[in-house]
Amino acid sequence: MLIKFRTDKKGVKISGAKDMPPMPASLGLMNWNKTSSWRNLKPIIDYEKCIDCFICWKFCPEPAIKIVDERPVIDYDFCKGCMLCAEECPKDAIATEVEGK
Amino acid sequence: MKLTIPEREIMQPGHLACQGCGASMAMRYALKIFGRDSVLTIPACCWAVIDGPFPYTAVNVPLFHTAFETAAVMASGIKAGLDVQGEKSTNVIAWAGDGGTFDIGIQAISGAAERNDDITYIVYDNEAYMNTGIQRSSATPHGAWTTTTPIKHYKIGAKKNMVEIMSAHRIPYAATASVAYPEDLCKKLEKAKNIRGFKFIHILAPCPTGWKSDPKYTVKLAKLAVQTNIFPIYEIENGLKYTQNKKVKQRKPITEYFKYQGRFKHLKKEEVEFIQKSIDRENEILLKKF
Repeated sequence: MLIKFRTDKKGVKISGAKDMPPMPASLGLMNWNKTSSWRNLKPIIDYEKCIDCFICWKFCPEPAIKIVDERPVIDYDFCKGCMLCAEECPKDAIATEVEGK
Repeated sequence: MKLTIPEREIMQPGHLACQGCGASMAMRYALKIFGRDSVLTIPACCWAVIDGPFPYTAVNVPLFHTAFETAAVMASGIKAGLDVQGEKSTNVIAWAGDGGTFDIGIQAISGAAERNDDITYIVYDNEAYMNTGIQRSSATPHGAWTTTTPIKHYKIGAKKNMVEIMSAHRIPYAATASVAYPEDLCKKLEKAKNIRGFKFIHILAPCPTGWKSDPKYTVKLAKLAVQTNIFPIYEIENGLKYTQNKKVKQRKPITEYFKYQGRFKHLKKEEVEFIQKSIDRENEILLKKF
């Protein structure tokens, strides 16, 4: 993915820090690196117990928890299985499953 | 839906941090506040690796890898260059670990603070050189195990008080923060963003790999560090005005903090008592300043 430069009405490049590519000659983000293979434990949200406090979303270090339709959803492509969300959940709505069972 | 911190995500998943990394949490909160219009300088530290191999990046903002001691200098230079170009709004952030700040980078950061360059210096403190294999730094607390201070010769001597050193430069803003309190951290970053001059923020970022703790206890440990007074959260404006951000009514015993970490397992009872006494003494000194 190459970053596109912003242009003004006449098609002239607007330069500025926010228009620079993330790194010189950058090829893009690390999104291709699916870190799901790092995972031993798998968190699963029980949406009946969930009270939408978004504490799991707030603390996810990846961030692998996204907000979809005002509910937290775990992106299993990137979740590394640290189980921080399950530990911090105030309602114990996140269950732990051993991966590969 | 009520969120306590901004919803936008600048940092993207797929980075190479360990499970439960406190440093990646700190970066996520920082970029939420500073946004796309910012430039990062990163010396050799965990984040030099977490960001990914060369043509790729996880932070989605311009990023400069620098030599170990030059994070603050490089940020000063970038800021000067942007000033000449007339780019006044861009935030320049120097983002370093504790090794690049407390030990190796201290003359560069002191110089930048003395010149009062308009940059934000953020140190994420994981209390050792975690990237190169858990060697002792001057941010390592008394009694801790590292690979260069093995259990027979564990670290002797307290942690360097970096915020006090920085506030002695009479910089406009210096603060300590913790990844366990993102609202407080975001408030401080927002404040730093709107102040002109040199800003210093010290964030405690637990490291499950180096602290030998379970990845799921990252937030718990950061919280306990505040509740046991080993890492008090406060801010200093213009080197004189102290504000306490998290008041601890009844401090918890230090054993609460130690029992989740493998690096303090070897400590005997007398040593723990000694550490408890020194924490209480330090806290008494600090409380007089508020």
